[in-house]
Amino acid sequence: MRKNSNFRLVILFLSGVALLFIVAPLIGLMLSSSVEQLSETIIDQEVQSSIILTLMTAFFATLTFAVAGIPLAYLLAKRDFRGKKLVTGIIDLPVVIPHTAAGIAVLGVISRDTLLGKAAGAVGMSFVGSPLGISFAMAFVSVPFLLNAARDGFAAVPSRLEKAALNLGASPSRVFFTVSLPLAKRSIISGAIMMFARGMSEFGAVVIVAYHPMITPVLIYERFGAFGLKYAQPVSVIFIFVSLLFFIILRIVSGKRST
Amino acid sequence: MLELKNISIDLGEFSLRNISFTVDEGQYFVLLGRSGAGKSILLEIIAGLIKPDGGKVILNGKDITAEPMQKRNVGIVFQDYAIFPHLSVRENICYPLKANKTPKNERGRIVRELSERMGISGLLDRMPGSLSGGELQRVALARTLTLKPKVLLLDEPLSSLDSGLRYKMRNMLRNLNGEGLTMIHVTHDYDTTVALAQKVAIINKGKILQTGTLKDVFHNPGSRFVANLTGIHNFYRARLKAHNKAMLEEKLEITVLPVGEEENKGFVFFRSDDVVVSLEKIESSMTNSVRGVITGMVPAVNGMEVIVDAGIRISAHITNESTEKLGLAEGKRVWVSFKAVAVRFIGR
Repeated sequence: MRKNSNFRLVILFLSGVALLFIVAPLIGLMLSSSVEQLSETIIDQEVQSSIILTLMTAFFATLTFAVAGIPLAYLLAKRDFRGKKLVTGIIDLPVVIPHTAAGIAVLGVISRDTLLGKAAGAVGMSFVGSPLGISFAMAFVSVPFLLNAARDGFAAVPSRLEKAALNLGASPSRVFFTVSLPLAKRSIISGAIMMFARGMSEFGAVVIVAYHPMITPVLIYERFGAFGLKYAQPVSVIFIFVSLLFFIILRIVSGKRST
Repeated sequence: MLELKNISIDLGEFSLRNISFTVDEGQYFVLLGRSGAGKSILLEIIAGLIKPDGGKVILNGKDITAEPMQKRNVGIVFQDYAIFPHLSVRENICYPLKANKTPKNERGRIVRELSERMGISGLLDRMPGSLSGGELQRVALARTLTLKPKVLLLDEPLSSLDSGLRYKMRNMLRNLNGEGLTMIHVTHDYDTTVALAQKVAIINKGKILQTGTLKDVFHNPGSRFVANLTGIHNFYRARLKAHNKAMLEEKLEITVLPVGEEENKGFVFFRSDDVVVSLEKIESSMTNSVRGVITGMVPAVNGMEVIVDAGIRISAHITNESTEKLGLAEGKRVWVSFKAVAVRFIGR
């Protein structure tokens, strides 16, 4: 009995430590800035535009790669082919490599003297230092979240249902759009939210591809470097707040849609 | 007519070998076998969900082995029903009609007709999650029937229903078949087979052991496995005369337990283990006692299968000791007795 309660105490204590470790810095950050500082920062044009840019580029990255990534996720979930394990491993690569290295890798593909860069240049566009490049970098590091969630979602759709649909005269594409996709929807949306959140908070890869225009994580870094902790704190608070807000709104909206 | 020719498939832990049989148009064909015998795989091959390694599936003279499943006109109702959980009952039934672009008003008519027939009109706007197994099954059946398949494949359709529902469903299946629909029904259940089959195939470990009418297979099991599976050697066409009297093959009247079945025609069966052979008529609680002549003695597991002609052929399972003690031999006149409790009547 005594042993048991000791054990419970240890568990509770360690749980508390772990939780505190996550919560304490955040609470400390929240309390670090005064209301005046925060309200000043909110109306700061540079902060505002960086937040809008961050949201837009993350959103664009998620949307584009959702369309391109879902077929791959479907393929990985439902088909067996040679090298499937390799492809599955490749998908996880962006998560495990250092993000600055990821940025360098992305830059290697989209800089002005590459094929892609030249093609963009021909139509008067540039990836480097542009919102498009930022989206690209965000997508690179965050797309595994979407792909893995979508793949798990498709894998959870019973093959029996897809077979039944085929037997009922539906074409394979019809089966995909009327059975597989709707049943995997929940996982795909939740993966997309994770991808969006991860993309939005990316710093390392983005800063290498585009220092300007400045997304908020880069802005925070710049303010810290140039003016110090006190100036970086209010921006951080506001950005964390915006991130949480979007995360919660998206969760609620997607939760409602799928029930 | 559906014909399977030398269908073979190797799925690693289990395989089908040289499966051949024919199902006539409008026939009720039952594949009887234990679970894991390869029954479901065979259905999926006929439906085109799985490609066999070898052999042919021929429907009305046309080789459909390579035909995509959407074009086969073979409907399948899965054991777990495979109802789309994200669509309402109406949308589920409509699914094949939308896929083949049936006009909207026509779709409405078909859904109405079939749902009335299946007794699910009241459920059309419900979601599948709130339905019982029996309801889901009727939805699955209605959904498959919208396409008017030439052959209907049923995977254990009665196994998860309670006895009342099972009885109703049996009638429904029988009626469908009565309208000329060719049906292949897979089951491990002896009663279901007796109640529905016009032709039976016994399948075990990926091989068809015997094919024929009910009487062929149950009366003359071609192998020990079939005999053990069916377990019954006394199998007769029967007519109920009173609530507890049955006339077997129009030759012998016996006492049966009062039965709840509505039909008064059907089959009667009892195990040879339940039949007692004696030299004199014996006073006992056994209500059925008839006199006959031994026409055959076949060695069986733990004894002899003694066949007595008492107007109908009755088989009794007797130990070697008893056989010797009573001096049983071909041509000897004996009494055979069995309890009414041992007799099963299945109406059809």
